[in-house]
Amino acid sequence: MIVFLLYLVIFGLAYVAYRFWERSRHHIHDFASLKTVTFGDESAVSPNRFASVVSIIALFAIWGAFTGSVITPLHVPGPFVGDTSFTYTARNAAGETDDAVAHLRVYRVGEDVPLPEVSDKPHAFAVDDAVKIGAWRSVLSRLNENDIGGDDPGYSLIAIDGQPIAPGETVRFSDGEITMTNKGSLSIKPDKGWQMEPIWLPAPEAVLSRLGEIASQGYKNFSLWEHLGYSLGRVIAGFVIGSIIGIPLGYAMGLSNWFRGWFDPIVEFMRPVPPLALIPLIIIWFGIGEEGKVILLFLAALWIMTIAARAGVSGVRISKVHAAYSLGASKWQILRHVIVPNSLPEIFTGARVAMGVCWGTVVAAELVAADRGAGMMIVNASKFQLTDIVILGIILIGIIGYGIDILMRMAEKWLVPWKGRG
Amino acid sequence: MGDLVIDTLSMRFDLPNGSSVQALKNVSLKLAKGELLAVLGPSGCGKTTLLNIVAGFLAPTDGQVTLNGRKVTGPGPERGMVFQQGALFEWMNVRRNISFGPDMAGRPASETRPIVDNLLRTVGLQDFGEKMIYELSGGMQQRVALARCLANDPDVILMDEPLGALDALTREKMQGLVLKLWKETGKTIILITHSVEEALLLGERLLVMAPRPGRIHKEYRLPFAEMGVGRDLRLVKKEPEFGQRREEILGMIWDMEEEIMGRQEETA
Repeated sequence: MIVFLLYLVIFGLAYVAYRFWERSRHHIHDFASLKTVTFGDESAVSPNRFASVVSIIALFAIWGAFTGSVITPLHVPGPFVGDTSFTYTARNAAGETDDAVAHLRVYRVGEDVPLPEVSDKPHAFAVDDAVKIGAWRSVLSRLNENDIGGDDPGYSLIAIDGQPIAPGETVRFSDGEITMTNKGSLSIKPDKGWQMEPIWLPAPEAVLSRLGEIASQGYKNFSLWEHLGYSLGRVIAGFVIGSIIGIPLGYAMGLSNWFRGWFDPIVEFMRPVPPLALIPLIIIWFGIGEEGKVILLFLAALWIMTIAARAGVSGVRISKVHAAYSLGASKWQILRHVIVPNSLPEIFTGARVAMGVCWGTVVAAELVAADRGAGMMIVNASKFQLTDIVILGIILIGIIGYGIDILMRMAEKWLVPWKGRG
Repeated sequence: MGDLVIDTLSMRFDLPNGSSVQALKNVSLKLAKGELLAVLGPSGCGKTTLLNIVAGFLAPTDGQVTLNGRKVTGPGPERGMVFQQGALFEWMNVRRNISFGPDMAGRPASETRPIVDNLLRTVGLQDFGEKMIYELSGGMQQRVALARCLANDPDVILMDEPLGALDALTREKMQGLVLKLWKETGKTIILITHSVEEALLLGERLLVMAPRPGRIHKEYRLPFAEMGVGRDLRLVKKEPEFGQRREEILGMIWDMEEEIMGRQEETA
């Protein structure tokens, strides 16, 4: 909630700052700048690249601020780390009271620190305690254990730093809070601050260093490139096979009543079935090897490519086909020179969708069962609470998916420049 | 020979709701080589159906079309078509569009190249051969469509409202081009149009068709096409006879449309 509000504030401030900056700079006098109606004119709306850059910076700034990262100068308060203490008051069975000090040492988990040093001499009967607590953690401690007569019935702790406490109650000390359990033990919780613990959300640089580590040493017997390469290879194999079968099938469905009648029920039935729903069946039939994954991706791509090719054929203007016949073209020549090129834009759109779906499906399939692959990497890491690898995997999956789409769009621009201009 | 004979064509087909449509009834017509026939009529009069039958895209239920004594059974390169718009292949450049017919017939590039060069010059696109179709204006695209049709050297050119989608100024220019090509190539042309003025300007012969069933209502022989070759068509339009004919035919079509409306009101 706080993060969301903070994000809104950054959004608003960046916008206001940009408007001020824009007013002061020299104006560009292109056609769009002269439009007075821009609200509702879709053609006048283009992505503000300044906003895009600020948006990415803001994400990293918030991520850094809440993880105590070195990449951001500003941080929200972190957990208390260091030495602190509180005084507790104990009452023995005879009704006498005495004070002792509990020395706390809060350390970063993973570091090796000694217990704070205290004297074990009693004040009257209460003895000082030394307690070690990991940051973001709490400990349950019986501070009366080492006190003289501390195990006697009737011996109890009655106050912390002068504030009375009883079982079930909570009081604050200088750097945290203490709750007394029903049995009289103290649950000591040093302040956690607002930052996230690395096992929930590691800092950006931790993820980056993990990238370097996995890239050089690999993860679970396979290098990072093998994990990603296998995922990508499965996608490409499934997509290519799906296209090789799906596109001719789509053409046949667009050109012949019999083919359309025969395959319509199958295609229309399979289209709404999410490929993920097929994973269990694929595992039962083909096991968890490469074969099953490629078949799954093949099925994911097949229907999309079939429908795209069919739509491409249906989209041919009849006057183009008539014109070609009147120019003496044979059926085969019409397929080759009119129908295929005319359907390419639709097929490219389908290919982009299919690649996106395949990429999502392969990751999901690897989450379920795989010995290598991007999905396997993150699900395996999650079992060991290696959150940095999980986040790293998600970022890499996102970047690769985005990269695939950009490449497909570039190929489309290059191969079908007539798209949308027929 | 060289004649196009349309012999008592009728066309009738059933609709899914059980009723049937008589799109054409007993249409007969004979065109000698080199004649330019304009076909005019309100929508639903079957003029596009007639053209599609001559082109071979539709089969008549009765009657037949023969060209040079041979019966038309399907589309063929001896009957070229020019469509309204969007019938060019936008994945090819202008040159490859024009040479599509000869290319499909397997003629070598060395043979088609001079033909294409010549046609580009004829339609005034000599500098646009390497351009893609989508880089051209609508008028230029129709010039390419005309050239593509001529590249195949057909006996008959069938034009289905080829200038219908152009703006008035471009249209006027293109009308001049159509007349010029007609005179230069000596092709037989059938031109379907919505515009009375265009039909009068271009039609050496003019067929006015009536709807329900589609039939020939009246036929004219007109002097304006001959007059307009190589001349400013605006001068032709100023001829008193042109104005007269225009009023006459407009009145005729108005009456037909009124009649259709009336009949629709009766059934409603």
